[in-house]
Amino acid sequence: MAARAEPFAYRLWRYDGAPGELIPLLQSAQDHFGYIPRRAIKYISEVTRIPESTIYGVITFYSQFRLQPMGKHVVRVCDGTACHVSGAKMLIDTVQDELGIEVGDTTEDGLFTLFTVACLGCCSLAPVMMLNDETHGRLTAAAVRKLLRAYRRREAQQTTVPAAAGVPDSRG
Amino acid sequence: MKKLVVGMGTCGLSAGARQVYEKVAELVRLHPDDAELQITGCIGMCYREPLVEVREGGRRIIYGDVTPERAEEIFTRHIIGSEVIDEYVAYRLDPDGTPGGTELEFMVPQQRIVLRNCGTIDPESLAEYEEAGGYQGARQALGEMTPEGIIEQIKASGLRGRGGAGFPTGLKWSFAAKNPGTIKYVVCNADEGDPGAFMDRSVLEGDPHAVLEGMVICARAIGARYGYIYCRAEYPLAIKRLTIALEAARKRGCLGEDIFGTGFDFDIKIKQGAGAFVCGEETALFASIEGERGMPRIRPPFPAEKGLWQKPTNNNNVETYANVPWIIVQGAQAYADYGTEKSRGTKVFALAGKVLRGGLAEVPMGTTIHDLVYKIGGGIKEGREFKAVQMGGPSGGCIPRELSDTPVDFESIPQTGAIMGSGGMVVLDDSTCMVEMARFFLDFTQKESCGKCTFCRIGTLRMLEILERITKGEGQAEDVERLGQLANQIKEASLCGLGQTAPNPVLTTLKYYGHEYEAHIHEHVCPAKSCEALVDFFIDADKCVGCTLCAKNCPVDAIAGKPKEVHIIDNEKCVKCSRCITSCNYGAVYKN
Repeated sequence: MAARAEPFAYRLWRYDGAPGELIPLLQSAQDHFGYIPRRAIKYISEVTRIPESTIYGVITFYSQFRLQPMGKHVVRVCDGTACHVSGAKMLIDTVQDELGIEVGDTTEDGLFTLFTVACLGCCSLAPVMMLNDETHGRLTAAAVRKLLRAYRRREAQQTTVPAAAGVPDSRG
Repeated sequence: MKKLVVGMGTCGLSAGARQVYEKVAELVRLHPDDAELQITGCIGMCYREPLVEVREGGRRIIYGDVTPERAEEIFTRHIIGSEVIDEYVAYRLDPDGTPGGTELEFMVPQQRIVLRNCGTIDPESLAEYEEAGGYQGARQALGEMTPEGIIEQIKASGLRGRGGAGFPTGLKWSFAAKNPGTIKYVVCNADEGDPGAFMDRSVLEGDPHAVLEGMVICARAIGARYGYIYCRAEYPLAIKRLTIALEAARKRGCLGEDIFGTGFDFDIKIKQGAGAFVCGEETALFASIEGERGMPRIRPPFPAEKGLWQKPTNNNNVETYANVPWIIVQGAQAYADYGTEKSRGTKVFALAGKVLRGGLAEVPMGTTIHDLVYKIGGGIKEGREFKAVQMGGPSGGCIPRELSDTPVDFESIPQTGAIMGSGGMVVLDDSTCMVEMARFFLDFTQKESCGKCTFCRIGTLRMLEILERITKGEGQAEDVERLGQLANQIKEASLCGLGQTAPNPVLTTLKYYGHEYEAHIHEHVCPAKSCEALVDFFIDADKCVGCTLCAKNCPVDAIAGKPKEVHIIDNEKCVKCSRCITSCNYGAVYKN
């Protein structure tokens, strides 16, 4: 996310034993890798001398941290109170159906991961969902399908062009 | 020259303000002599977003529901042609202060203190904040007032914590001030976790300096050197604007060493939350800043004595700090003139749900629920019936329509069984099932319980299980009694606010809507026709165009119909998976 510009390695190198740095370190690790891999926990533990078990405890406490890689695009459907009474369930059902996955899963092609969130704070525009860093409001089932299909199409175009030119797909 | 202002809060952006901004920016590039472009935060009329304002010589014209095409029209007719397009005007303010436009009813009853600059100034410009009187309060507090004087003034204003508990702010500050110690902290709780509340987000996005200034004044009053703002990660734009504001304030000497040349030092760091509702509880918030699992700690010792890193700490929420500079400049009495005897001043409410005009409204304390829903909110959407208002999020409760004359203040709301909370007001209509509402909140608190206290960890799960089976029509005769028992045990045996208030949504719905529970349990009927297990699905013959999409998506072939003819659902076969509802592009499938 936008506010943390310092890369993970730099943050780790700069660590001077100041207290309270664990969560920012984990956040920058997640920014860097897209999730928190086993080796990142090891690096952080070696530098900060915080036991790996403690770090694991912190990671699993907060819903933001992921131990598995996420899809290229992250869909976050808001299930706050206002969205809940204005059709959040319909939205979740639609996304699940369109992508063929359950909440918390990633599509097989690694393109989309679906989460629900407690509230995005756009209650007046309910129902709302976030696709990557963009918030979309006043959604209907049809609008959601259109949005997701547009992303799918864009991806299909991007992957077929380099493949035709003989360049291997760089996305790991 | 005219000024074009585009509202770029998160609500504006999700309604399409980015595209409007790009269009306007392109036009301004083509006609640089006709207008200059500016951004602003949320003005509160979220239901008319995206908003574009044209300012000229003290006159403000705000256009609502602006699309890129409409923006172009506004540019041609208003900017170049100097013609006000009345049909698009949501709100206008003439130089003599006369208001106008279609949204008069929403704007006029408001009294904007916290939101004084939101939607007016560019939140990314310190110069504009200062022009609007910004940092005057801090200059006064640091230059002319003693710490005792500041605390006395805050006490006299009657300001109470806006995070929900309503503890008198001046008194809180005096506790932290009295504690000896060279290291003290000022903490701002910007972890606005209540679903349905977005006041703090709008203030942080629309007027970040007001919060910083309030914190500087507090630091002076209690003698703190460092401050923290703990902001939730779901608010990336708020974090970005706060970061910009911090840097600008440091450069200008409003923050950092030797503030305004008075010799007073104070600096602020932003800590980003990592997604845990319980971190809105102050001791859990401190644990999270310290880099630990955000679990609450036992009080006493209270934060004023041993808070962050075991040092004396003062913690208030965003809205509370945003009030402070105004009180210092305008005086305690001016603030105390608003509101009721025990709840002074104004309060920002986030109106959402089934209300016609959803958005942010700041009104004097003591305004009734009826006035908020009907006068400011404009009543209920789609002409449906007003059923209840949910206040205080997962810790609060539902206040029924019969009690809508209740004034909204720290004394009256708790008498209904709900709590004041941080100001989220979700309006519910007759299509909302209250048992399902209670299940929704228990599902939330059960997931967010940190697990420290047994009754909260396991008790909420048991309550959720009971509520789930009731909404499925499988409730047992003793379930209502069991819920009441569990509720009392969880309230008694939990350490922090999360557990102590978690049963509130169930208790208030049981109190006012007991008959709905009975109907689910004994008659297997959902009176609001909302619980899926207890309703049937139908296709509206007037809306169906016969596109066959629903039939194609039905997993059990329960939908019959030929192309271009009205389809029919066989409720014997239907498994209530809702796929027909989500696949229909015409909104023709409904539950009854």
